[in-house]
Amino acid sequence: MTNSQADARSDPQADDAGAMLRETADRLLADRLTPQIRARGAAGEWPGDLWAALDELGLPAAILPEAAGGFGVPVADALSLLTVAGRHALPLPLADTMLAGLALARAGIAIPPGPLAVAQGSEVRLDAAGRATGQAWGVSFGRHARAVVVLADGPDGPVLVALPRDALAIEPGLDIAGDPCDAVRVEAVPAPSAPAPFGAAELRAAGAATRALMMAGALDAVSAMTVGYANERRQFGRAIGQFQAVQQSLAVLAGQAASAAVAAGLAAEAVAAWAGASGPGLLPAVAAAKVRTGEAAGQGTAIAHQVHGAIGFTQEHRLHRYTGRLRAWRDAFGREAEWAQVLGRHLIAAGPDGLWPAITAA
Amino acid sequence: MSQFTMSQFAFPPPPPSPAADAFRAEIRDFLAAEVEHRPALDRAQSWNGLDPAFSRKLGARGWLGLTWPKRYGGQERSGLERYVLLEELLAAGAPVGAHWIAERQSGPSLLRYGTEAQKAAILPRIAAGECFFCIGMSEPDSGSDLASVRTRAEREGDGWRVNGTKLWTTNATHCHLMILFCRTGPLDREHRHAGTSQFLVDLTLPGITIRPVRNLVGEHHFNEVVFEDVRLPGDALLGREGEGWAQVTGELAYERSGPERFLSSFRLLVELVRVLRPAADARAEIALGRLGAEIITLRRMSRSVAGLLQAGADPALEAAMVKDLGALVEQAIPEIARDLVADGPPTPQARAFAEVLAYTTLHAPSFSLRGGTREILRGIIARGLGLR
Ligand SMILES: Cc1cc2nc3c(=O)[nH]c(=O)nc-3n(C[C@H](O)[C@H](O)[C@H](O)COP(=O)(O)OP(=O)(O)OC[C@H]3O[C@@H](n4cnc5c(N)ncnc54)[C@H](O)[C@@H]3O)c2cc1C
Repeated sequence: MTNSQADARSDPQADDAGAMLRETADRLLADRLTPQIRARGAAGEWPGDLWAALDELGLPAAILPEAAGGFGVPVADALSLLTVAGRHALPLPLADTMLAGLALARAGIAIPPGPLAVAQGSEVRLDAAGRATGQAWGVSFGRHARAVVVLADGPDGPVLVALPRDALAIEPGLDIAGDPCDAVRVEAVPAPSAPAPFGAAELRAAGAATRALMMAGALDAVSAMTVGYANERRQFGRAIGQFQAVQQSLAVLAGQAASAAVAAGLAAEAVAAWAGASGPGLLPAVAAAKVRTGEAAGQGTAIAHQVHGAIGFTQEHRLHRYTGRLRAWRDAFGREAEWAQVLGRHLIAAGPDGLWPAITAA
Repeated sequence: MSQFTMSQFAFPPPPPSPAADAFRAEIRDFLAAEVEHRPALDRAQSWNGLDPAFSRKLGARGWLGLTWPKRYGGQERSGLERYVLLEELLAAGAPVGAHWIAERQSGPSLLRYGTEAQKAAILPRIAAGECFFCIGMSEPDSGSDLASVRTRAEREGDGWRVNGTKLWTTNATHCHLMILFCRTGPLDREHRHAGTSQFLVDLTLPGITIRPVRNLVGEHHFNEVVFEDVRLPGDALLGREGEGWAQVTGELAYERSGPERFLSSFRLLVELVRVLRPAADARAEIALGRLGAEIITLRRMSRSVAGLLQAGADPALEAAMVKDLGALVEQAIPEIARDLVADGPPTPQARAFAEVLAYTTLHAPSFSLRGGTREILRGIIARGLGLR
């Protein structure tokens, strides 16, 4: 697949690589992400067989350049896989494995096989002998990752480090959806590293972009399932979707889902440009996307639960798998206020005459 | 499954347009010379601001009807270039109100449904900024329920005789022509949309009385337009008799998705940044960032619809969504702006901010009424979702 991203955008037919990836992933997850697997994951077990199936299709590596083991799919197309992950409320670290691979490839560090993690925050130092000491937190699926990617202080400046799993002390934790989200400690651990090709703020923004994409996918699913439910559930002798109050809420939900999808597309393009070390950088597009998708997740989640009534408040019903992860992804790599402040500062600094140009540049 | 978009609504990424990017610089130069010196309050009027001389200036540059065929005074440029022109004009607060309706929807309707003679006679005048249009849809008893209009045109000889009353007709006193939507056949309760037609009405015809209706600020934009035995020539019919409903709804994707649907309050945001900038605190930054995120996202949605229109698609649902979301942001801006700025000494900047805040606050209720109310838009979206 050689067509550039610009080609893929101007000609919908040329979006083949992305569409193929998404369909492959969608089919696989529809078949294999069974209630049993989810239950095992929720009980703390690693669903290794499902991960192996994803891996076999090359999905976690799809984002990588060919030289690093990928198949040269445009980065924005590969990222669109994350909307599928969101649509299935995927309880696996696909996003962080993709992002870690992308970051390690850019730094020229060998990519360990298997699931990877990117720390949302860290305080790690690397000594002159290449040994890492410190802690990292907000590490999704950290206990299952083969390596945790962090930005650390090296002897000669910032370095990207892949903390190897065997040397990590893990403090297990869970995010609000019940997925693993751990803290890790290292003490004088030899770790592969390289001078950081980007700063910690960029890595955090790229992480935020992955969550924006997953939120967009999850909101799409939530909107569709809520409309479906409203058409099925009957009260007062008719489907509740025939009541205008319910219709108006569903229209708002669909608007929020559409808005999240558009914002996520903006983030994907920014990450693609960043991965190719071109373009205006991750800001302000990613900041805007994380704010917008996070707000959409908040509004969308509330409406979906309202329309589903009590059944949607049960463990058995699938709704909470999506709304729980929407809440978790909303929080991960910076909440709305954090990114709104980043974006707001950027816009205010642009000044009254620079405000509009700053918006059109995003 | 499309790229990042919904299973139910499609907002594909706007196609890249290098020509539009180059055009943007040219437009910004023009606006720096023509608009930047205007007072903040004038610029805040956005597409309500009337300045026929400015409209003619745009016409002289070929900037009205940019996409239309050259033989009708257009430039045959792309829809995305036109989009850039519109958003730059609005963001700068240029007084575009005189020609706005004619350029946005009347001209395109003529292009689509007009006879060759109608097109040749009218389009070049719109493109020159010399012919302005108003919309004759609403009536005293027909607002959201447009199909219930009672204004009626009866055949008489080879022409028509019109009786009835239109209301809320923006700028009628400044316009040359109206596109009138009215009944030409009997009301059939089973098929309420049948029996309606559209006409090109010369507003100087005998029997037409235009009375101003002042808005809550005291401005005169609205009008009541009364038709008493007005005789229209046969060639005043636009499109086909009885097809009025399909024609009128065809206009709506153009009417609802443009940048004016999320930029009506933009000048207030500019004035807000002006007063905040010397000492913006975290609260101000966060509030600005949230609004910025909305605007950046809406702009992309709106450009996506422009791309779809250019590709010949019918994004009526997406357009309804842009307008619904856009009005929310336009109405949030004054609410948030007033909260971020405390009172203080009346510096020129503070005074400009206060004027623009008052103007925008008082006009904000109309943003979710004009062009289809919030509830009606959400009903359209719900139908698109497969409800009802
Ligand atoms: C600034 C401005 C400029 C305008 N310019 C023009 C113009 O140039 N030409 C023109 O023809 N018209 C114009 N209009 C009129 C505009 O199109 C109407 O205001 C609009 O269609 C709503 O009609 P209405 O005001 O009669 O309200 P109504 O239709 O009476 O609605 C009142 C309220 O009831 C709600 N409602 C109505 N029906 C339903 C329903 N089925 N379900 C749920 N809620 C419902 C509405 O959403 C609204 O909240 C303009 C309006 C404004 C505010």
